[in-house]
Amino acid sequence: MSRYLLLCIEFAKISIFAIGGGLASLPFLYSLSDRYAWFSHGDLADMVAVSESTPGPIGINMATYVGYTVAGVLGGVLATVSYIIPSILIGVIVARFLEKFKASPYVEAVFYGIRPAVCGLIGAAAYKIMSISLLDLDAYRISGSASLTGLFRLPAILMFGVMTVMNHKLKWHPVVYIAIAAVIGVLLKF
Amino acid sequence: MYLSLFFTFFRIGILTFGGGYTVLPLLQKETVEKKQWISQLEVIDYYAVGQCLPGMIGVNAAILIGYKVKGRGGSVAAAAGFAMPSLLIILAIASLIQNIAGLPVVQSAFAGIRVAVCALVVNAIYTMAQKAIINPITAVLALAVFIAAVWLQVSPVPLVIAAAAAGLILSMREGKLGRKTQAAPNGGDKDTDEESQAGEEQ
Repeated sequence: MSRYLLLCIEFAKISIFAIGGGLASLPFLYSLSDRYAWFSHGDLADMVAVSESTPGPIGINMATYVGYTVAGVLGGVLATVSYIIPSILIGVIVARFLEKFKASPYVEAVFYGIRPAVCGLIGAAAYKIMSISLLDLDAYRISGSASLTGLFRLPAILMFGVMTVMNHKLKWHPVVYIAIAAVIGVLLKF
Repeated sequence: MYLSLFFTFFRIGILTFGGGYTVLPLLQKETVEKKQWISQLEVIDYYAVGQCLPGMIGVNAAILIGYKVKGRGGSVAAAAGFAMPSLLIILAIASLIQNIAGLPVVQSAFAGIRVAVCALVVNAIYTMAQKAIINPITAVLALAVFIAAVWLQVSPVPLVIAAAAAGLILSMREGKLGRKTQAAPNGGDKDTDEESQAGEEQ
């Protein structure tokens, strides 16, 4: 199947199943990365960084970026359009009986299950980003199982701890953390 | 009118940074205060419904507002306007980054940035969890999904479907269907057992 067609199908699927906005599409993109050799987990983490620090909602930014990485400019356009079309179809239908939808206990019931599942799914995506950015699995494998010190990137783990607390307490814009992290990365030669 | 919708949402798209939760104040400012297309209450409703529909919150809200203003064509114009800035900006940046990605400096910078991304994602999960994990059952459900995704390599689609089914079954057992409000946590052991089954079904 052509790449373009695959992109369209995959992003339409993500649009339907990635519920909850923001990073909800991330676990689906990891699943894409696992199923096709289009981009690595590391590439995806970089795309998250760029998407967080440029204008535009992160979900659409990610769709455009992934599409571009897989199949160039046309890929970026197709992925973005495929990501939005299912929402338009569903939105136009729901708009007609908005009041009923809003008050439906069934909708609330479905989300009673979906909300925690989305936390679990994004948690799994976070686990994957952390395992490549905080651990050095390659060095660990080369050095053999003897030394655990090779496994943990200590400066990175320290920085992660500090930034998580800062982000939680200070609520600065994400782009600030990303800029600081880039400078630290260059200075410490991560 | 279509043009007006397109460009209003184009503006909202440019001004949005990050996740869908930053969109609400922008929607209020542009569509309620400036254009007076809809009321303050409506925009909150649309936003709330947008969270409960598949896809992105901001896109869904744009579509619902567009539909209210000018029917089907309106929803297409609003969604297209909202997505256009991302498309233009990301395509430009992505091609730029592709050209410099091989430089050691850029690679070090991105290695550092990935650490910041970890911190941002962890905090995003924390914020979501406060609304999502409200009792022991929802905690077990989140954990079951996490384990299934990480170690059992289950893809997200079946997990979302199973979670939706679990939500329906649990709400029924807790007697919440037929009543609108969500009951206080009761976390019976029986329910917890059933929940982990629902998670492992996949």
